[in-house]
Amino acid sequence: MTDQTKASPVLDVRGLQTVFHDTQGAWPAVDGIDLTLYPGEVLGLVGESGSGKSVAGFSVMGLIDPPGEITAGEVLFRGEDLRKKSEEELRRIRGIALAMIFQNPLSTLNPVLRIGEQMTEVLSEHGHDDPAAAASLAVESLRKVGIPAPEQRIHQYPHELSGGMRQRVAIAITLLGDPAVIIADEPTTALDVTIQGQIIAELQKLQVESGAGMIWITHDLGVVAELADRIAVMYAGNIVEMGPTDAVLDHPRHPYTLGLLASVPGDADPGAPLRQVPGNAPPLSQRPLGCPFNPRCSSATDICRREMPARETDAFGRSYLCHHPVSQKADP
Amino acid sequence: MDASNAPHRRDEPMAVRKPLTDTPQRRAMLGKLKRRPSVKKSLIALLVITLIGLCLPFFAQQDPYDLTSFSVMDNRMPPMSESFDGMVFWLGTDGQGRDMLSAILYGMRISLLVGLVSTALALIIGVSVGLVAAVLGGRIEALLMRLVDFVLGFPSILVALVLLAMIGRGVDKVILAIVMVQWANYARIMRSSALSERRKEYVEAAHNLGFGTGRVMFRHVMPNSLSAVLVLATVQIASAITLEATLSFLGVGVPVTEPSLGLLVANGFDYLMSGAYWISFYPGIALLILIFSLNLVGDRLRTALDPKRS
Amino acid sequence: MLLYTLQRLLQSVAVLFAVSIAVFLAVYSVGNPVDLLINPEATQAERAAMIAKMGLDRPVWAQYLTFLGNALQGDMGVSFVHGIPALELIFSRMPATFELVVLALLLASAIGIPIGLWVGLRDGSRGARMVMTSSILGYSIPSFWKGMVLILIFAVWLNWLPASGRGDTVSLLGVPFSFLTLDGLSHLAMPVINLAIPNLALMIRLTAAGASEAVHQDYVLFARAKGVRSKRIIRRHILRNILIPIITVLGVEFGALIAFSTITETVFAWPGMGKLLITSIYQLDRPVVVAYVMLITFIFVVVNLLVDFAYAALDPRVKLVENM
Repeated sequence: MTDQTKASPVLDVRGLQTVFHDTQGAWPAVDGIDLTLYPGEVLGLVGESGSGKSVAGFSVMGLIDPPGEITAGEVLFRGEDLRKKSEEELRRIRGIALAMIFQNPLSTLNPVLRIGEQMTEVLSEHGHDDPAAAASLAVESLRKVGIPAPEQRIHQYPHELSGGMRQRVAIAITLLGDPAVIIADEPTTALDVTIQGQIIAELQKLQVESGAGMIWITHDLGVVAELADRIAVMYAGNIVEMGPTDAVLDHPRHPYTLGLLASVPGDADPGAPLRQVPGNAPPLSQRPLGCPFNPRCSSATDICRREMPARETDAFGRSYLCHHPVSQKADP
Repeated sequence: MDASNAPHRRDEPMAVRKPLTDTPQRRAMLGKLKRRPSVKKSLIALLVITLIGLCLPFFAQQDPYDLTSFSVMDNRMPPMSESFDGMVFWLGTDGQGRDMLSAILYGMRISLLVGLVSTALALIIGVSVGLVAAVLGGRIEALLMRLVDFVLGFPSILVALVLLAMIGRGVDKVILAIVMVQWANYARIMRSSALSERRKEYVEAAHNLGFGTGRVMFRHVMPNSLSAVLVLATVQIASAITLEATLSFLGVGVPVTEPSLGLLVANGFDYLMSGAYWISFYPGIALLILIFSLNLVGDRLRTALDPKRS
Repeated sequence: MLLYTLQRLLQSVAVLFAVSIAVFLAVYSVGNPVDLLINPEATQAERAAMIAKMGLDRPVWAQYLTFLGNALQGDMGVSFVHGIPALELIFSRMPATFELVVLALLLASAIGIPIGLWVGLRDGSRGARMVMTSSILGYSIPSFWKGMVLILIFAVWLNWLPASGRGDTVSLLGVPFSFLTLDGLSHLAMPVINLAIPNLALMIRLTAAGASEAVHQDYVLFARAKGVRSKRIIRRHILRNILIPIITVLGVEFGALIAFSTITETVFAWPGMGKLLITSIYQLDRPVVVAYVMLITFIFVVVNLLVDFAYAALDPRVKLVENM
């Protein structure tokens, strides 16, 4: 993990709210989150399905389509608010300065176009005029991510590559630009366990070499524990806890984080029943009043059911949303 | 953390957040969301169209079959003219002096009847074949599906035309021709639906409960495939009506004693150049309205039942 | 690839056989084949000669073989009405029908595909819904009535276009075509439009369905995340994907249009294969009907084969080589 320089953040999200409309109303999937990402650091955005983490990623990219809508907040990328930019201005940033890697490599590449074309179009759509140079850049990029015989791969179609290789191609595409921020949306979830490690290593390499800030969206605590400099835990559209990885994982303040950590099977005592956080994450239309976690929280009291907790920050750079945070023991 | 400490009190409902209701762009989206067609309304529309169509002759002011009710003296009179005994020919008269409006009302019933009966028969035959193929599997299924592909490979008009050329005219023969052409559609859709349903868990569960294959197919699988069949049937009624009209127009359809709308149009073709356009025009409009409304309902039904859009 | 080709060829031959049997049964079992296939005005001697030639006094299976043998040599009987071989008669009418069908297909695609694309990309908007509803109208209008209305408006009332018949022809590669002359075009206009309208509706709906589905695909979202312009997304990503099924449908529609041209040709008195079929049915000119059915089947089979190959060639996912 790199040493963060406390320069200004390359990405600063404030109060982002994204809703989904149905006939009943507009339900917030992302309910006013604040996030900062510094150059060169990896931020792990952790949450279960339905927490809104992928929606958050797409909201930063500005790729929310109806019935979804970004309704509030600022997304400051290199100091400029992306929400105030026109679609054309956003387009110019995407792919080159702000890149995204999707979850399912089997569906992100167009099956009827060759790999080479899907790579060089990033360059040609952003002003690069030399097709020959673009092609050799693509070949180099493929080589860097460890794809053998890249000169042949350029002419192949996606179905001729395995899932793991296609994800490498996605990483290679990111390398063609010069991204300041890379959003990786569960990049290894759809891959075989044996391949996951390889892709994680490739992404790490990518991040270190490019010096970009990376948001790693996942539901797997184990992955972020290894890679992330900071962690943000998301639940029901809110970031309930955020801070340096060690601090959050060793001494969590939010009951949900505590529950997540306790439920990791690897840490369980042999023979003892597996622990889990009771209940289920609420669907969009049934978010409880007050703190969204209150129905499942053993420390919940009346105030939790009435009022949304305010964000509290502590000396170690952690912030959390809880009326009754887990009591501190000896903090580092 | 202690899992037995179930946090929220079960005896009172959990307080839920209200949704936001005013955001920009919401009105545009709301319009789109509320406009989704509903299955119930579509089915009611279908029923209404059918009933009206079948009852229309009740409103006719003249019985075109009753040779004494009209006179050739009134022939080729334009719309809105009057007969010598005061009856208004709202849509004019044809070459024999029959009131066009009455003829159209009777004709619609015949067209609709032929369409409904053919569709019903084709549906029964096709669905049965499709189910049998899916149940029996193996060689029989392959053979039946080859037959289905074969039948579907040819355009309906040609098959019906050549068939009727061989067996002659008549309402029953027309129905036979249409059924022969349409059954394969149902067979194909039923079999593919049955195949995909068969893989689902509820079928395995039913088998495990001891139900035989046949019963599982009929009582469990078939009802779930019905929505696709329903959409098809609605559109096929329109298709059957069109086919009958075309065949009648070409002279191989219903006999002259029971004029369907197609035959009425055919009868009027000769008068087109001489200016008595109404003899062909209005029956065609009636046909158009019938077919269009059926197709519209079919389309709405398909959208309403489409699982992708929920 | 070779295996696939052989498979498809065998299938096609099987279909042709099946149809020949069906036709044979229809002609030879329904009614007396002697009456059906021999000109009722033939003399006794001619009848005897025909019976011997066609083997009508021999067992059924032998008759079928004779029938098949003759058919493969191109002998499908002689037209009662015209006195020339049935196949020759049909071939002479083919250019007229093909002219209609090809022009109608071109018109329907040239207008339908762009409109369908426009509609599919704006799924749910008012304009899109209006177009889709009108497309339902497009395939709901009975073709024969539509043709008559066209004649009514453009020939009877406005007197702009001729009501029937084919115009002057010009020989192209030895075949007479009428689209190269102005007179020919004026005669072609209404029949082509009449034939094209339902096809246009189909093209619009097909393209719209494909486009609206493609727009929601992951690869389109990924292309947008890469910063690709919408024009390029539509042109390269979406169009390339939906054109494959569209082209295959076009192939199938070619066959269907040849069938549907019977109606248009009847209404407009267009001297094509379709009109010949109808007149032959009225005039009980059975050899022509039989020959038409066999020929149409042959055309269908060939077109389907070509369409299958086109699909395999266009879609990179279809593996042409056995071991990759």
